[in-house]
Parts: sequence; structure tokens; C-alpha cells
Amino acid sequence: MVAYLEVDKRVAGKAQVRRRPGFLARDSHVAYAFIAPALFLLVVLVGYPFVLSIWFSLSDARVGNTGSFIGLDNFNRLLASPIFLQTLQNSIVFTAAALAAKTVLGMGLALLLFRVARFKRLIRGAVLLPFIVPTALSALVWWWMFEPLYSVVNWTLKSVHLINHDIPWLPDPYLAMFTVILVNVWRGLPFFAITLLAGLVAIPRELYEAAESDGAGPIARFWHITLPLLMPVLAVVILFSTIFTLSDFNIVYVLTRGGPMNMTHLFATYSFALGLQGGQIGQGAAVSLFLFPILLAVVFVQLRLVRKAALYE
Amino acid sequence: MSRTRRARWARQIRPLFTVYLPVLAYVLFALFPLYFMLVTSLKSNAELYDVNAVPFWISRGLTADHYGLLSTDTPFWSWFANSLIVSVASTVISVVLSVLAAYPLARLRFAGSATFGVAIFITYLVPPSLLFLPLANVVNWLGLSDTLWALIVVYPTFLVPFCTWLLMGYFRTVPKEIEECAMLDGCSRLQSMLFILLPAAVPGVICAALFAFTLSWNEFLYSLVFVSPAELKTMTVGVFSELIRGDIYYWGSLMAGATIGSLPIVVAYVFFLDYYVSGLTSGAIK
Repeated sequence: MVAYLEVDKRVAGKAQVRRRPGFLARDSHVAYAFIAPALFLLVVLVGYPFVLSIWFSLSDARVGNTGSFIGLDNFNRLLASPIFLQTLQNSIVFTAAALAAKTVLGMGLALLLFRVARFKRLIRGAVLLPFIVPTALSALVWWWMFEPLYSVVNWTLKSVHLINHDIPWLPDPYLAMFTVILVNVWRGLPFFAITLLAGLVAIPRELYEAAESDGAGPIARFWHITLPLLMPVLAVVILFSTIFTLSDFNIVYVLTRGGPMNMTHLFATYSFALGLQGGQIGQGAAVSLFLFPILLAVVFVQLRLVRKAALYE
Repeated sequence: MSRTRRARWARQIRPLFTVYLPVLAYVLFALFPLYFMLVTSLKSNAELYDVNAVPFWISRGLTADHYGLLSTDTPFWSWFANSLIVSVASTVISVVLSVLAAYPLARLRFAGSATFGVAIFITYLVPPSLLFLPLANVVNWLGLSDTLWALIVVYPTFLVPFCTWLLMGYFRTVPKEIEECAMLDGCSRLQSMLFILLPAAVPGVICAALFAFTLSWNEFLYSLVFVSPAELKTMTVGVFSELIRGDIYYWGSLMAGATIGSLPIVVAYVFFLDYYVSGLTSGAIK
């Protein structure tokens, strides 16, 4: 994508010197006029807030008080705070577990959906539904399903005699983490499955026929054809999902609000608790900025992937 | 005889176990919470809070009480209207801005196009949870706190990058030649975009509008932070924060609110399924 743009630019530069300079100059005026509204919006409401967020993180700003510069104090204090270290650990566990589950199950589901011949539209529609409905509302029903007294999950497990007392899904720290991961997987799996399915459909059938006539079994075909050819799509899906899983707010906020005992706090919910509910804007901004290096890394890898893909074409 | 039977097994029966049953199991897992939401919202409190009653279906009659409570005890329909106003307004703004921004990126040669493309891509990936604290300040400074305008102005920050990215892909699929013909006949760039390119890229525009509407309707964090008066809340925040009073949970009404809150998106989804699928995959594939 970006590589295309750069090639375009180089070509445009040459053409501008050789012929029709007036035509192209007018073109670039038009271009700037067209992008100006969007650029203005993004500078005022994304660029400026981002700079402001860095300033907050270096200040002792509180609600109703712009604060003064205190250097890296906020970051030092966070790195010495057991709650923040717990949040850091939770974020890593949550993201790693949810991503692993979504990748493996999403791949499995995509392979299954690829072989579905009947009721194709209906099944694909049903599979994608959890991704489309508002997460804040679907998280509510999950909360109800794991409610301590009337949990439908416990009722089912008890009625098939797998357990004989209620499991405290949300009050128990480890089970609460399991639950928020489960809900995140429920919501995010469709994105993996449907995107990987689109990637599978694009693989030429001849490759499989050739491999089959050479005696390759289904497992060998998966490892040597499907997986390598699906890699670019898989990489993009995992990168996107890394950011959106790591920065998740809705599911944890609705189900546990970061509890019990801060054992499910993620960057977003802890930043919300510190910055808005606790009024310590400086500290809150510092917590949310921990998302930024990961964001940058993802953008960097993604742009490299795109460039490589453009080279091969 | 046995060979034909084995062939039939391989062709018809085996996929049933290796494909359709696992898929069915997953579909049940995917849809059960949504089904349970609906069932809970229509069940009487007596049955809802009876630990011995089977929770999967309604055996003691349907009730609309939970929906009634929403209408009488909460500003539920205001939340619905607020969500609708905010989503429609921010969708219109975002689609217009994105069409304008995507056109030069897909078609024109200008200095800084690569930089702008990367900037759009980065803002596409910036999550709301990174920016909500400073944005609350900016919204306050603009005098928009506790108004729907706060959301109408802020939602395009994540909609414009997404829609621009999507539309850029669609615009590239329309051949340049038809526009060049129009411009030789004296069309300006704006005319050529409006009357030649846009009609050819209608599916892309519908797709962008659907996604913009869905993302704004579903938004939670900004709405929670920027708007606090109960009657100005949007659907997602209102149902969550106004139906839980202290330790009392109105589960029936919570589920009724969640059902109606999900309904517009589900209806749009049923009608435009193919647009949703293509929009979702184009982000990753193109």
C-alpha cells in the first residue's frame, strides 16, 4: 500500500518536470483541498490529544488542575506500584491467552467453514454475529450467565453432575481472568475465522491437486501449502488483534471492573480507574501510554509486511 | 454393493460428522448468549429467580414487564434516540470526510501522499483507551462536555481512518479511464469524483456507512466518559449504568435493554451481510 504511494510519488515527480506541469500542479492543490477536512479533524482530535497525553504523563495534573512538570515521576511511581505491576502481568496473560485461543480456534473454524457447502450464507452469518453486536451489551449477558446465584453455566454443570456446588466465576481472581478471556475469545473469534476463510478461498486449488498427486496427506498439505500461503493474512489478523485485545476496555469494565483485588485490570481499565475515578490524570495518562510502544511496534511490522507483499506482486 | 455404500458414506455421511457437527457446536456457542439475552428479557421474575427452574426456556408464560419497566422507570427511549442521532450524524460526517480524503490517496499525485497514507493508517490503529483522558480535556475546552455534540465530533476520529482506508481500496478498483474521459470533456476533479467515480463505487460507500454506523452505535468508552446526565446517555452506557442501582440488579430489564440495543445492528446486519463480510476482510486482505 505505502510502497505503491511512494512509487506514484516518484513517477509524479519526473512527469512534472517533463510535461504538463500546470495540470499536475492543479492536481496537487485539489488533493490538499480534499484531504484538508480529514487532516484538520485528525490533528485537532487525535494529534493534539496525543501530545497532551504525553504532557499529562510528565505532570502531576489532577481534575481541574493542569499541573506542573515533574519529569518521569509518574512512570517511576507506576513501576514501583504493585497494582500497576499486577496490571502489566494481567495484560500480558490476557492478551497472550486470548490471542493464542483466537488464532488456533479461528484457524480451525476457518478450515471447517471452508468445507461447508450447504447453508453457507446462514452459517457464516451466524458465526460473525458475536463480533457485530455491541460488546458492552453482550458482555452484560455474559455477566448474567456467570452471576453467582443464578448462573446458567453452574446450573448446567450441576444438572449433569459435573459439580455439586456453585463455582464462583467472577469473585475468584483466577476464574475471573478465565471468564474475561473467554468472553474476549467469543467476541473476537469471528474476525479471525472470517478473515482467514477469505484467505483460504484465495489459495489456488491446483496447488492442492498437485500435492495430492505427489502423495501428500491432509496434514502435509496444511503445513506445506495452507499455512505458508495464509501467513500474510494470519500475520495481519494477529497484529490487528494484538492492539485491540491489549487495549480492551468494555469486557473487563462490564464484567469485573478490574476486580477482584485488581486481578483483571488491563491498561485501559486501570487508566480509567486512576485518571477518571481517582482524579489522578497524570498517572492515568502514564498507564495508557504503555499501549503506545506496542502500537508502534505493530505499525512498524505491518508496514514492513505490506512493503514485502508489494515487492512480490 | 459394499463399495457403493462406502462411497456414499464418504460423500454424504462423513462431512456430517467432520464438518457440520463441529460447526453446529460452534454456532450454538456463538448464538447462545444472544438467545439467552432474549429469553431472560421475556421471562417473569418469579421464574427468573427460581433456582430450580430450567433456565433455557420459558415455561411459565411470557411477560413484557421488563420492557415496560424500561419505558416507565428509565429514559430508555431517549438513550435510543441519542444513539440514533449520534450514530447517524457521525456516520454522515465521516463518510463525507473519508470520500474526500480517499479520493486523492487513490487517484492523485501529490507531495506528502505517502506520509498522509501512513498517518491515516496509524490513527486507524490508535485505540480509544489511549486517548480518552486528554480527549476529555479537549472536549471540555471546546465546551462540548455533557452534550451529544461531544460524541458527534469525537466518533469521526476513529471512523474517518477506517472509512478512508476502506474507500481507498474500492476507488482503486474503478478504472481510471472512465474519469479521464469525463475530464477531457471538461469535468473538474470534484465533478468527476461526484458524478463518475462515486456512482461506480456505491458498494464501497454503503460498506463504509454501515461500518461507521455500527462502530458508533457500539461505542462505549467515549460515551461513558464525555456524557454524564442520565437522559443524554447513549444506549450502551445507559443500559449498563442506569439499571444497576447499588446492589440491586434488574436482570430482566438489563436483558430487555440489551436486546433492543442490539436489535438495530442485528437488523442492519441481516439485510447487508455481504457488505459486512467484505468490509471486515478488506481491512486485512487488501
